[in-house]
Amino acid sequence: MNTSSVQLCLRGVTRVFPAVEQQKPLHALGPLDLDLRRGEFFSVVGPSGCGKSTLLDLVAGLARPTAGTITFEGRPVAGEVPDGIGVVFQEDASFPWLSVYDNAAFALRRAGMAEKDIRERVDPTLAAVGLQSFAGAYPAQLSGGMRQRLCIARTLVTRPRLLLLDEPFGALDQQTRLLMGDELLDLWRLTDATVFLITHSLDEAALLSDRIGVMSARPGVFIDLVDTAWPRERDSRIVSDPAFGRVTGRLWEMLRGQSLKALAGG
Amino acid sequence: MMTRPGKLRWALIIAALALLEGACRLGFVSRQTIIAPTAMAAGAWQALGSAEMRGHILITLASVAQSIGLAIVVGFAVGAALYRLPRLRRTLDPFLASYYAVPAFVFYPVFIVLFGLNRWPLVAIGFVFAVTAVIINTLDGLSRVPRGVRRTAAVMKLTPLQHIFFIMLPAAAPWLFTGAKFAVVYSFIGVIAGEFVLSGAGLGHAIAFAYNSFDNETMYGLMLLLFLIVGGINMQLWIWEQRLYARRGGY
Ligand SMILES: Nc1ncnc2c1ncn2[C@@H]1O[C@H](COP(=O)(O)OP(=O)(O)O)[C@@H](O)[C@H]1O
Ligand SMILES: [Mg+2]
Repeated sequence: MNTSSVQLCLRGVTRVFPAVEQQKPLHALGPLDLDLRRGEFFSVVGPSGCGKSTLLDLVAGLARPTAGTITFEGRPVAGEVPDGIGVVFQEDASFPWLSVYDNAAFALRRAGMAEKDIRERVDPTLAAVGLQSFAGAYPAQLSGGMRQRLCIARTLVTRPRLLLLDEPFGALDQQTRLLMGDELLDLWRLTDATVFLITHSLDEAALLSDRIGVMSARPGVFIDLVDTAWPRERDSRIVSDPAFGRVTGRLWEMLRGQSLKALAGG
Repeated sequence: MMTRPGKLRWALIIAALALLEGACRLGFVSRQTIIAPTAMAAGAWQALGSAEMRGHILITLASVAQSIGLAIVVGFAVGAALYRLPRLRRTLDPFLASYYAVPAFVFYPVFIVLFGLNRWPLVAIGFVFAVTAVIINTLDGLSRVPRGVRRTAAVMKLTPLQHIFFIMLPAAAPWLFTGAKFAVVYSFIGVIAGEFVLSGAGLGHAIAFAYNSFDNETMYGLMLLLFLIVGGINMQLWIWEQRLYARRGGY
């Protein structure tokens, strides 16, 4: 791999939650190595509790690794949120006191951008996530999926070069997930950002990704990296491609044992 | 436009008043016990015309306003501090939870000893009634700011002041507003009750004085004024609350 195309680099990254009140320290993650190429669509799958969200926190600079190093665009990420990273969390994080438009404009306003420039960014982004006709609505008036799209739009307007998504479609039904996946692919092609997507859906990972990291039960480490070799132009119709079945088959083969282990381990 | 329950509510109130009016006029109840609503209104009107009574009302309103202001400022500050100091919060939680089980009014004589027989013991007792409700609601509101909202703010790299004013305050606003509403209600209760028991001036004092002089017209007139003032303030707060938070869909 050409080193200049590596955007995010993890070496020996480990996270141990310190002991609190009689409980033992919890080794949640790693040691783990990963090189993320600029512009790729990378997904992480793994049994629940294996440390996926913990990994995202470390990459986003919201927590420090217990051991190991993380570098983003050549600079170390050490417990501080680097410029150029945008995050959409697993929980609903829309701001209920602001309209859809004001939600999307929030970060740009705090950065002191002129209203005219803000509008030039917010309008097309809301259109891209299908919320342009809801600009004046409030989050309480939106469905869960629309709120999640609002959070994606709010992050996209800051033009992140690396977009971290933690199970953004977790609460949606399968059909809506597929359509949201297509939208995400469109946005990815439109923005040229690198996408780091955490999901518990093997189908979603197989459908969307250039590469999939399969994690073991806790402490999570990558036990397989699957190249899908999909063309850049692709959409949910891939599900009927025999190659799609082979990818999901391989993912499940790797994960079955780990999931059983996670289940037994509580 | 009034809603159906709204119309019914008014109809109920008017019917009750008419019933009372009739009962009084026809002599079913003694004038020593209760007087007709129209007589109460006349008493209220007379009280408003008297400079002395207006003075009592203004003194009460000043004490209540000071109690509300202190309770909100101190309650917000203590609530925010406890939110930032979870250890201290866990220590104090049982006290906060059982606070309103304690008849705090017994401290009124202590305040009189401390401050003298003037307005300040009244402000103090109103404050003591009100402040804990503000603390509890502030703490509740700040704790309920969703984790995702706080973490999103962290990713946006806001300054601490931006974090407070653009995230925590608006996110917790419904609870802060509830705290302020409690401050209004409890301050009125504390101040009026204190004036009833021992005080040389104020609306509560004037009501007690009229009661002791068998002046039912003044007593009921002042009570009516008190209802109108407190009811009016609460109605206004309620309208603001509806307007502010209707669009938030209840949260
Ligand atoms: N702040 C924390 N303190 C202690 N343990 C934690 C903390 N956050 C997560 N964990 C534990 O670390 C493990 C991994 O959690 P997480 O990364 O959320 O898993 P995933 O996202 O893969 O489901 C879990 O066992 C979880 O209970
Ligand atoms: Mg998770």
